[in-house]
Amino acid sequence: MIFGAIVAGGIGTRMSISDIPKQFMMLGNKPIIIHTIEKFILCTKLDYIFVGVHKDWTAYMENLLDKYSLDRNKVFIAEGGKDRNSTIFNIISAIEKTHGESTDHIIVTHDCVRPFVSIRIINENIDCALKYGACNTAIHSVDTIVVSEDGDSISDIPDRRRMFLGQTPQSFNMSELKKLYSELTEEEKNILTDACKIFYLRNKPVKIVAGDISNIKITTVSDYKMAQAIVGGKLFD
Amino acid sequence: MINHIYQLINPGIISAKYDDISLDEGVIIRPEYMAVCHADQRYYMGKRDAKILKKKLPMALIHECSGEVAFDSTKTYTAGQKVVLIPNVPSGISASEMYENYGKNVKFLSSGHDGFMREFVNLPADRVVPFNNISSSLASISEFVSVAVHAANRFSKCSHALRNKIGIWGDGSLSFVLANVLKETFPDSKIAVIGKNRSKLMQFIFVDETHTADNIPHDFEVDHAFECAGGEGSYYAIDDIIRYINPQGSVMLMGVSENKIAVNTRDILEKGLTFVGSSRSGREDFVKAIKIMEISKVQKRLGSIIHEDKKVRSIKDIHRVFATDLNTPFKTVFKWDM
Repeated sequence: MIFGAIVAGGIGTRMSISDIPKQFMMLGNKPIIIHTIEKFILCTKLDYIFVGVHKDWTAYMENLLDKYSLDRNKVFIAEGGKDRNSTIFNIISAIEKTHGESTDHIIVTHDCVRPFVSIRIINENIDCALKYGACNTAIHSVDTIVVSEDGDSISDIPDRRRMFLGQTPQSFNMSELKKLYSELTEEEKNILTDACKIFYLRNKPVKIVAGDISNIKITTVSDYKMAQAIVGGKLFD
Repeated sequence: MINHIYQLINPGIISAKYDDISLDEGVIIRPEYMAVCHADQRYYMGKRDAKILKKKLPMALIHECSGEVAFDSTKTYTAGQKVVLIPNVPSGISASEMYENYGKNVKFLSSGHDGFMREFVNLPADRVVPFNNISSSLASISEFVSVAVHAANRFSKCSHALRNKIGIWGDGSLSFVLANVLKETFPDSKIAVIGKNRSKLMQFIFVDETHTADNIPHDFEVDHAFECAGGEGSYYAIDDIIRYINPQGSVMLMGVSENKIAVNTRDILEKGLTFVGSSRSGREDFVKAIKIMEISKVQKRLGSIIHEDKKVRSIKDIHRVFATDLNTPFKTVFKWDM
């Protein structure tokens, strides 16, 4: 089976525009997270969609799903974890509880604050995960990336042509993801910034799916204003 | 859900626009294959009057499309069901004597309103027709076939019943599709095709006779005629038709011409001819078109006039498709993956 996993465990309110986590803020006529879930609902290859939400916000999320009449036979809520990866593994546990373990299960993980993701990207993630076991959506870097070890001076300037910017979805064979994660040392687990690194650390190939510059992550006030402008929504100052 | 729409904002310039659509807005379809029409190419190339371009752009092009139902709040169709999309949007005021495609306030998607170059297309349930046993690639030209079906249907209602021989002027895609439709609709009539291009005429192997326009036999005559030349060719085609058609015949005009055309009215009056304009199509024409396209021999013939270009995954690929279309003799279709 193929599962969507929308990661929405954060409770950050750093936008300073609102007291609610950013994924619940309105973008045009509906909350950011609803736009994202709806795009996943329109992917006919996905069997079920799980949304990982912080335990303090699960009731709110339940209400939102009902308010926007999203199909409760297709969309389910799982309790989020302390960070991104633990939310993903909580979702995996919720999936296996209802659908069992299988080496054929595919999970398409996605940031809830990337509502502009296209169906092409989601479909290619699924195809790629089925074929290779793991993939990461990414775009070529248009900026030069500089490396600084001490945050004060440049220690390296890699060739821009080899630099990509990671986006989501990131998609995996679910049992392989679990197996590789269980084999990591505690030290390795502590430096994980995203799930693809679990495969990378064990020398497993992670294919790149071509992302899109429009697949922005809404994390700052300026991101939010830009997103509102793109969809013709109301701007707040 | 934020939908991606790819609009022509100026000739040769495509730009993405993002629009919020609700899941409860009718049927939501994921386009799968699209076909290029001359009308799209004229907008893309800027070959329409500047005032028209200013009025109609920006808009998404393409009105020939097959797809898959992604979500249907009306519960008419199931997710994954293959469908073709109807670009004609009736005004809502219907009179039983009127065809939906000639309504005064009718809208047409890709003529002043966004066509199908979108990530998802939302349409009312009656603007969608399901199909089986046809490839999605071939199904993308169903709108084109429905235009021929509509003309054949009107012809059957307005022409006299003596239909021994029907002439088609033009050797392009429209003539080819119309010849197929007439063969299926009027199996007892002989079909003659008159064109300019000998190699194109060779494709019409299934009709009863073909002639080049400069070599029409002296004793040639038809009971009725369809004009499918369009453009500058319309003048010569209409003039020929008036010369070779038998008295009281019906002439179906289907070719689009940007310029006004001189017509030999003296002989029209003398022969008592009927001229009927036929354009676009409605739902019933789509349903009939799908039935005709399910016939195996028709599928094989229509397949021979389709050039399938590489799939479209970026705006750059959209430009490539329009460039390819300029160099293909018949219909250009492509898989939509935006």
